[in-house]
Amino acid sequence: MEIPYTVSNRPDTGLWNAKIGIWLFLASEVMLFGGLFSAYIFLRIDAPPGMWPHGLLNVPVGTMNTAILIMSSVTVVLAWASLKMRKYNAYWWYMLATITCGVIFLTVKLAYEWPQKFDHFGIYIKPEALGKYEQYLGNAYAAEKGLPPRLEITGHLHNRAAQNDPNIKEYEVALDPLNADPTNPEMDRPHFWPRSATEKIATIEKEDVQYATMFLPRHSAYFASYFTITGLHGLHVLGGVLVFIYMWLPVSKRLYQQNPEHLANRVEVSGLFWHFVDLVWIFVFPLFYLL
Amino acid sequence: MVGALLLVFTGLTVALSYVHFGTQKANIAVAMLVATVKAGLVAAIFMHLAAERRLIYRILIFTGFFVLGMFWLILFAWYDYPIFR
Repeated sequence: MEIPYTVSNRPDTGLWNAKIGIWLFLASEVMLFGGLFSAYIFLRIDAPPGMWPHGLLNVPVGTMNTAILIMSSVTVVLAWASLKMRKYNAYWWYMLATITCGVIFLTVKLAYEWPQKFDHFGIYIKPEALGKYEQYLGNAYAAEKGLPPRLEITGHLHNRAAQNDPNIKEYEVALDPLNADPTNPEMDRPHFWPRSATEKIATIEKEDVQYATMFLPRHSAYFASYFTITGLHGLHVLGGVLVFIYMWLPVSKRLYQQNPEHLANRVEVSGLFWHFVDLVWIFVFPLFYLL
Repeated sequence: MVGALLLVFTGLTVALSYVHFGTQKANIAVAMLVATVKAGLVAAIFMHLAAERRLIYRILIFTGFFVLGMFWLILFAWYDYPIFR
């Protein structure tokens, strides 16, 4: 059976079917991401002072990924325009560029950014023990400067066995720059270039610890929403890439030879999805990386 | 062209986030303003919403209405706390 209204407009809607279909789908996507973003807002305004971390993500890498997604949005438009002008070769190359951008984005996210977080350790100190670790937290200095209180010590866990072994009574952590030198005004605000953990090692007794974990979703409301939203966004990127691969493969060349306008419309519709994914990232990037 | 503009705006967002606008709230407002402009450009040019059929605008008006309603719910939840703030 022939699929109706793939290229011609349906009389009652005035549009070909897939166009309406994708917009209705995008409308539901707006609600999906909208729900998560409103959860983010709620968690953030409700976070007690010092409980919403800043500057934990790698900003240069995030900026690069933003640029990659924007460029892929451009190439997908160019791919569609090439098809409209019936230039299959140009289309093929622009499509390949788009797919490559999507794959780079996902690789950076999954093979670099996330694993780096999974490898970073955070220790929330019990309120009554905060004074004992003042040399790493510098709360007197923070209060004087009007900065939020510092309740957490972060860095690289040296004795990893301490996580699960109740016989080990303390954590040994190579401190992040802030905790290594908490009264340095340079550390008041996050930096563009991330600074790696220092050589300075702190020993933190487990009985002073509220809780300690790697930077996993359970670390904080911040990381829970970060992993949920970027994870869902990543799944969308993956979905887009798979669809683009299908339309880039020789199967689609057959469709092009039979009905080029049909392929152009498919590319337009999946391009609309791709731009939406780009649009979501435009909000994700400042909310999680910068603010 | 629009792509280059979007890249410039991305650089702008990053740069502005390291400028202190007095309060954190002001910084959030500035960043969200730039993001909204970028999102508007993507929607208007890339998604060719600048010239689309009326039916699609109608779908989007409904979507906007419902998503704003959802964000508005935050306010309800906020005041629905044991202690009135």
